[in-house]
Amino acid sequence: MPTAAPLSRINDFVVRFANVNGSGSASANEMFARAIMRMGIPVAPRNIFPSNIQGLPTWYEVRVSEDGHLGARGGTDLMVAMNPQTFDKDIASIEPGGYLLYDSTKPYPASKFRDDITVIGVPLTAICNREYTDPRQRQLFKNIIYIGVLTALIDMDVAAVEKLITEQYKGKDKLIAPNIKALHIGRDYAILNLPHPIGLKLRKADKVGDKIFVEGNAAAALGAVYGGATVCAWYPITPSSSLADAFTKHCAKLRVDPQTKKAKYAIIQAEDELASIGMVIGAAWNGARAFTATSGPGISLMQEFIGLAYFAEIPAVIFDVQRAGPSTGMPTRTQQCDLISCAYASHGDTKHIMVFPENPAEAFEMGAQAFDLADRLQTPVFVMLDLEIGMNHHLTRPFTWDDAKVYDRGKVMTAEELEAGKDFGRYLDVDGDGIPYRTYPGTHPTKGSFFTRGTSRDRYAKYTEEGAPYVDNMQRLLRKFETAKDVVPKPLIANAAKPTKYGVLYFGSTAPAMDEAIHMIESRGHAIDRMRLRGFPFHSSVNSFVADHDFIFVVEQNRDAQMRSLIVNECGIDPVRLVPILHFDGTPITARFIAKAIGDHLDQMTMKPAKVAS
Amino acid sequence: MTYLAKPKFHHPGLPKNELGYTHRDYEGTVSTLCAGCGHDSITGAIIQACFELAIEPHRVAKISGIGCSSKTPTYFLGNSHGFNSVHGRMPSVLTGANLANRDLIYLGVSGDGDSASIGLGQFAHCLRRGVNMTYIVENNGVYGLTKGQFSATADRGSKSKRGVTNTDNSIDMVAMALQLGASFVARSFSGDKEQLVPIIKAAIAHQGAAFIDVISPCVAFNNHAGSTKSFDFVREHNEAVNRLDFISTRMPIGLQQEPGTVEIVEQHDGSRIALRKLDADYEVHDRAAALGFLQHHAAKGQIVTGLLFVEKEAQDLHAHLDTVEEPLNKLGEKELCPGSAVLGQINAGLR
Repeated sequence: MPTAAPLSRINDFVVRFANVNGSGSASANEMFARAIMRMGIPVAPRNIFPSNIQGLPTWYEVRVSEDGHLGARGGTDLMVAMNPQTFDKDIASIEPGGYLLYDSTKPYPASKFRDDITVIGVPLTAICNREYTDPRQRQLFKNIIYIGVLTALIDMDVAAVEKLITEQYKGKDKLIAPNIKALHIGRDYAILNLPHPIGLKLRKADKVGDKIFVEGNAAAALGAVYGGATVCAWYPITPSSSLADAFTKHCAKLRVDPQTKKAKYAIIQAEDELASIGMVIGAAWNGARAFTATSGPGISLMQEFIGLAYFAEIPAVIFDVQRAGPSTGMPTRTQQCDLISCAYASHGDTKHIMVFPENPAEAFEMGAQAFDLADRLQTPVFVMLDLEIGMNHHLTRPFTWDDAKVYDRGKVMTAEELEAGKDFGRYLDVDGDGIPYRTYPGTHPTKGSFFTRGTSRDRYAKYTEEGAPYVDNMQRLLRKFETAKDVVPKPLIANAAKPTKYGVLYFGSTAPAMDEAIHMIESRGHAIDRMRLRGFPFHSSVNSFVADHDFIFVVEQNRDAQMRSLIVNECGIDPVRLVPILHFDGTPITARFIAKAIGDHLDQMTMKPAKVAS
Repeated sequence: MTYLAKPKFHHPGLPKNELGYTHRDYEGTVSTLCAGCGHDSITGAIIQACFELAIEPHRVAKISGIGCSSKTPTYFLGNSHGFNSVHGRMPSVLTGANLANRDLIYLGVSGDGDSASIGLGQFAHCLRRGVNMTYIVENNGVYGLTKGQFSATADRGSKSKRGVTNTDNSIDMVAMALQLGASFVARSFSGDKEQLVPIIKAAIAHQGAAFIDVISPCVAFNNHAGSTKSFDFVREHNEAVNRLDFISTRMPIGLQQEPGTVEIVEQHDGSRIALRKLDADYEVHDRAAALGFLQHHAAKGQIVTGLLFVEKEAQDLHAHLDTVEEPLNKLGEKELCPGSAVLGQINAGLR
């Protein structure tokens, strides 16, 4: 008998699948998550995978939350332990009162298990060996069979899974029936042999609405299509490769000329990240919208070119899907650790534009907007994604697009304007916003050509090493950065129900965990105002938010409190007032972590001094 | 005299091309390189080639890396957009620019340090991809701006000005270009304008990756006895396999054709190259034979020059990618944005 009461929850639990990489589990597990979504219950799956193709442990976690809390929660309520390599650790990670589903073909001694969990054995290997002769089929159908078992255990809508199987194998119709059969082999076994349902149950709900289920990288790539990107140059690197792959797929569908069947895009898999960013800069210099997708090591390699684009004022869009660094770090784990290396990328005095999407919906919007920003500000723009957003499916509001929208191509002088005698100085600040006019190559036979260079030059692009024009140009670049503060996405504020001296700043993939943590912090009796940063340089409201509070927690997923450093540096704020809350073990930050860290701080800060005896 | 501004006036009787431009319209600012620099002769050859081809100057994008050679685009085609990029990275910038607008003419100018050392990777990959461009390496075997270090094209056994003997093997960029699939490969000498100008013209007309290695002696650091890139050495060891005349699409072939000695090479755009063979056995369409010929002669210390290889049916990167005829940078929202109705369908597919 379990020593802890078995968990009993409806539409609020975490299922974790422990698998072996390359065993074909991914599609079965994803189908499991999708089926729950189809039942109208919000769901957040996460892939925890190694830097490996086959053989190493991999996990798939599905958080089910009718309340819509979709950040990582931490802990596992139901473990589907299919990997003998990690069996002991997997069992250890189950919450007290939780459940274990395992392959009982080979008996384990009782000492392998815990007495505070419910153990459910299904002889999956034996079933597969009985049903199938082909070794690959035995492997693949085992995944579907355990999904079938789960449909009975947690009261899952089996019709939803059948429908998903039919959709998934559309075009390979031969595979539909065997998969549905495997599903029922598992389900029937559970119905006949196991107590069901267990304490964790699903119940149809209506909390999904019109939301969509999509990966951040695919969403960002779609943003690039809608934002008018025509040139993509990239070099494969986890976790950004799927962004370029998605752009390729989107373009093949959406960007082929219907008459000629020719491509209205060009995608180059470059020889390295230096070449990728070089091509982006060349294309953007020549008037096309261009981007690259990379991760931290790629950003390091691109530094010299990024400085050129800053100084020569060439638009470039860089999607940085961040992973744990430094160096190769943990290539398949998430972090927000490239903030400083992007904000101040390259040698000399540089400052760059960054945007911080919180989920795939914003990755789409900012992915498109980045091209307007880059053209408007004539400078590199970093879209700061991370592995958590990029490589996991998220339930997110649907994509929207305003058909009246016109691309902002920024200040580009035309042949007509040149012909009419308009003064053209490539680095001349005619409007006082620090942004000069540019011309595309080939505009006019005798007017408007100039030499683009990384060396110093005057307002008319003429080479010079004189101090005064150099300083003039560097000051103008600062003015342009000031202009950017009102152009990049503004931060969003959510105030506590009552006035408070405490605030929290956060950004990117921390958002869902923060939104959940706020309730937990409130239930500890604390009030805290929230600001979600969405762009760099910081809007003036960041300064006032900090000024309006005594202490600000800055929540981020890196060791060195990089966002806090940027705030201190750019807003001139006393670091004492910014309390770092840091999560950087490579797993996505959880509400539990944030609530505990901030809650403990607030407990101490709000502690009343003991009465002094008179 | 480099501090003097170039006078704008010119003799009214200067010859004009079909567009009504004189060669002065293809010049840039005054060179700041050393007097007698081979690179300035190449600049002159580019100006002459563009003048004779009657190219509209603004239809050219000239892109370079860093180094003495990469400075030269300032000295020609003053009405063209130029881009002096990053050391060794001209090829990627040029590739991107070419993708954005397939209608311009792309002239990549680089040096042996820029292309054979720091930029060897990008040199290789842009040729592999078949970017439609004319890629000129102004090859002097030495780092000039940093005062005379060997470059990767310096021959083994050659001596630096300071008397140091180079013990590293040299990189033959022409052999590499052949191996990497460049569809037009030539070598010339900055001191031989008669050979160089038609090669540049033919390369510009070529619709594919054209590579020209131009031996260009450095008068400051690599023109001494013991150097294999000096004026004297190159003149003495120049083994020209052919001389050529470039015939544009608009011009009739004015040459006397002598069977066996003149070969007419037709290019994709309809232009022709009249090749006067100096070596009767040399076959300009045989990549493998060209490689063998080069190695054989290099072993004898000879520098093979001329048009070394040209592919009859060259294809460029845009053909490989099957991009639309209209330059990508001319496409707007209408052509590029799928719109909200399509987005609605995409949303529906994600539920």
